[in-house]
Amino acid sequence: MSSNIPSDLHYTESHEWVRVHDDGTVTVGITDHAQHLLGDLVFVEIPEVGRAVDAAEACAVVESVKAASDIYSPLEGVIVEINEALADSPELINEDPYGEGWIFRLKTTAALDGLLDAVAYEAIAAADDEDEASLANPKLID
Amino acid sequence: MAKRTPLYARHAALGAKLVDFGGWDMPLHYGSQLQEHHQVRRAAGLFDVSHMTVVDFADPAPTCALLRYLLANDVARLYPGKALYTSLLNDAGGVIDDLIVYDRGEQGYRLVLNAATRDKDLAWIAPIAERFGAGWRQRDDLAMLAVQGPEAFTWLEAVLGTATVAALRALKPFHALETDGLFIARTGYTGEDGVEILPPATQASALWDRILAAGVAPCGLGARDTLRLEAGMNLYGSDMDETTTPLVSGLGWTVAWEPADREFIGRAALERQRAAGVPQVLIGLVLEERGVLRSHQHVYDGDREIGQITSGAFSPTLNRGIALARVEAGSGERCQVDIRGKRLPVRMVKLPFVRQGRVLVE
Repeated sequence: MSSNIPSDLHYTESHEWVRVHDDGTVTVGITDHAQHLLGDLVFVEIPEVGRAVDAAEACAVVESVKAASDIYSPLEGVIVEINEALADSPELINEDPYGEGWIFRLKTTAALDGLLDAVAYEAIAAADDEDEASLANPKLID
Repeated sequence: MAKRTPLYARHAALGAKLVDFGGWDMPLHYGSQLQEHHQVRRAAGLFDVSHMTVVDFADPAPTCALLRYLLANDVARLYPGKALYTSLLNDAGGVIDDLIVYDRGEQGYRLVLNAATRDKDLAWIAPIAERFGAGWRQRDDLAMLAVQGPEAFTWLEAVLGTATVAALRALKPFHALETDGLFIARTGYTGEDGVEILPPATQASALWDRILAAGVAPCGLGARDTLRLEAGMNLYGSDMDETTTPLVSGLGWTVAWEPADREFIGRAALERQRAAGVPQVLIGLVLEERGVLRSHQHVYDGDREIGQITSGAFSPTLNRGIALARVEAGSGERCQVDIRGKRLPVRMVKLPFVRQGRVLVE
């Protein structure tokens, strides 16, 4: 399965993307690959504005019809804006994961060294296709 | 290697997301589980359920005696063409599996059991069947397709012919007929009208293609799960298992107490539980706030834990979280569920949540 991995973004191994802005903030969302594995999203639990988060701290939850998944902050920082539209329209993450489906904006001074570029993330996504259970892990049914 | 149904190549060609289910490669969805759910509520969907376990007992008389002993419901209530939903119990009254049994008249009885429980079911049944002299065989040579939804019969006319569909429309729910080598039952697991069709495995792909060509959309096991939950139907392994009796699993109606002299496996344990007072009930929950209920979340009445969710999901029809939960008998209607450390308000409701496209809870 091929998925869209824009070259101008940074990525994490846990399938978040990071868009760096000039004002010392970054926008965070989940990748096209991640939304595809999760399936139809029906609920997003977003962190509160003003919350300080560590790198790799679980700070949001996306729930698809079958499973809940944590979203980890890619960097240490403070949440300065959240995507309120996701409360009513969680499907925005499925429809436009790198645009309208952004999740939060973080003010940060952290270095980006620990993040992946598109090429490195593509390798992770490709390996994941071999073993989809790592992210989707739907509870199965009879 | 995982087992594959005769329709595996069709699922792969349709781009299904295939997942392991009980040792079978099965389609979870073909793109969107939500769309497939709505498709069944609003029009009609096609499911491959060939992984289910089908067992035929050819000899009516010894099988009738066997099943009256083996099953909690009483097959003496059946007549040719009629089906019954019930459970296979152990001596403690715990549920080994739930199943549908069909009376096929002179051809005996057909049992449709779950897929993941196949080995233990057959291991349980085999020695008892031998004692009753009731021969049986697995029907791996059959496939099973479910066509469910308000438009199911209309769209099936192009596939089965108007005469057969007229006969199916005239058939009451939980009845079956056999025609042109097809076993067709007015049963399902969605809360919608429709049929389950058992064709020879060799004909399954051709039948699948013709049903799709008639306009019915393929639907995966993901949608099947949210549909059955909305319909208030239990899932084996989640809502009941060998440690729970039918009485604490919302399945009291599948136990035939009369005639009182019919001995069946588990009866003594169920009677003891009934006499002592059934301690728990399986009920429906609706989440009053945004969010999704999930199995194993704990249910509270104030500070006191009163039970656990056994199946939870986001209901596409209600557009909110719903669940089945096992709670203390006599609990109040208002309670709370712990979701990631937060207590959110839920309301107990009468099941089902949805039946034949209509929302039955406020």
